[in-house]
Amino acid sequence: MARVIVVTSGKGGVGKTTTSASISTGLALRGFKTAVIDFDVGLRNLDLIMGCERRVVYDLINVVNGEANLNQALIKDKHCDNLFVLPASQTRDKDALTEEGVEKVLKDLTHMGFEYVVCDSPAGIERGAVMALTFADDAFIVTNPEVSSVRDSDRILGILQSKSRRAIEGREPVKEHLLVSRYSPKRVEDGEMLSYKDVQELLRIPLIGVIPESDDVLQASNQGTPAIHLKDSDVATAYQDVVARFLEEERPLRFVNYEKPGLLKRLFGGK
Amino acid sequence: MSLLSYFFGTKQKTASMAKERLSLIIAHERGGNRAPDFLPALQRELIEVISKYVNVGIDDIKVQLEKQDNCEILEVNITLPEQPK
Repeated sequence: MARVIVVTSGKGGVGKTTTSASISTGLALRGFKTAVIDFDVGLRNLDLIMGCERRVVYDLINVVNGEANLNQALIKDKHCDNLFVLPASQTRDKDALTEEGVEKVLKDLTHMGFEYVVCDSPAGIERGAVMALTFADDAFIVTNPEVSSVRDSDRILGILQSKSRRAIEGREPVKEHLLVSRYSPKRVEDGEMLSYKDVQELLRIPLIGVIPESDDVLQASNQGTPAIHLKDSDVATAYQDVVARFLEEERPLRFVNYEKPGLLKRLFGGK
Repeated sequence: MSLLSYFFGTKQKTASMAKERLSLIIAHERGGNRAPDFLPALQRELIEVISKYVNVGIDDIKVQLEKQDNCEILEVNITLPEQPK
């Protein structure tokens, strides 16, 4: 089977889709044949973030219902040859997503030679979110250093540990990776924001990376380019590090310490 | 003390408040996933019984179920008023 990665969080707006787009792109850039699936039926957005919204013809539900085959529905990414997007349906209701249907899609993707499948989960703990994590081998728990996000992440971890196939069948549990996003080292230094260590201590799962809060993320989504592609961007570098750590390469944490601006920088401004 | 902390800025930082609150609520929700739903009813009945003898209100009784390793502890805290009925 292709290795299935779910990107989930419980809470909305924490950076799941941004992360799904960048992680899948990062894996494809490393040469792996990768598919990224939007599970947010009714509120699809991955297509916009990936910049392929005008090329959507068929979607996940069409494939599940047998109205289109995977070859028709998969959209080839404009930047990477071995990256494909499977958009969510914009119109149908969430009940169209069945466990058997999702399992078949994942099996078919495996037969087509896909090595990684990234599942972009919707917010919440409803059907779509559960379907996205059901077949996961790995889970990226995207968490902002903020109370409601941390609590919701803990909740989704509980669901992962009870409702995933791996949990139900008593196999080796889903591998959990904590990704702290929208991190502001300055605010942490000032005692205004939970540190990544606090978040990790609370959730008790291994940390895979910290993504700094940055204007670049909006710039990337404006253009429909995954943030990992941006030049000279801390966010892009942070995501590249995350992909490297996922592939079991050693990378030290970056962008977690606040450096006081020097005198020149304070006098003449700058970022 | 509060005046001192006002001047010297030793006020508790909000990040540590967040951490404290989260560690409590997460521990509660993790253990509380299978918490029996009789707790509110138990609390209500305890108040009924106790208020026959002592003047206590609904907020004076706290019923909590805690998990420690393999055993569960039912903790009932009753704050008695200064003057009995």
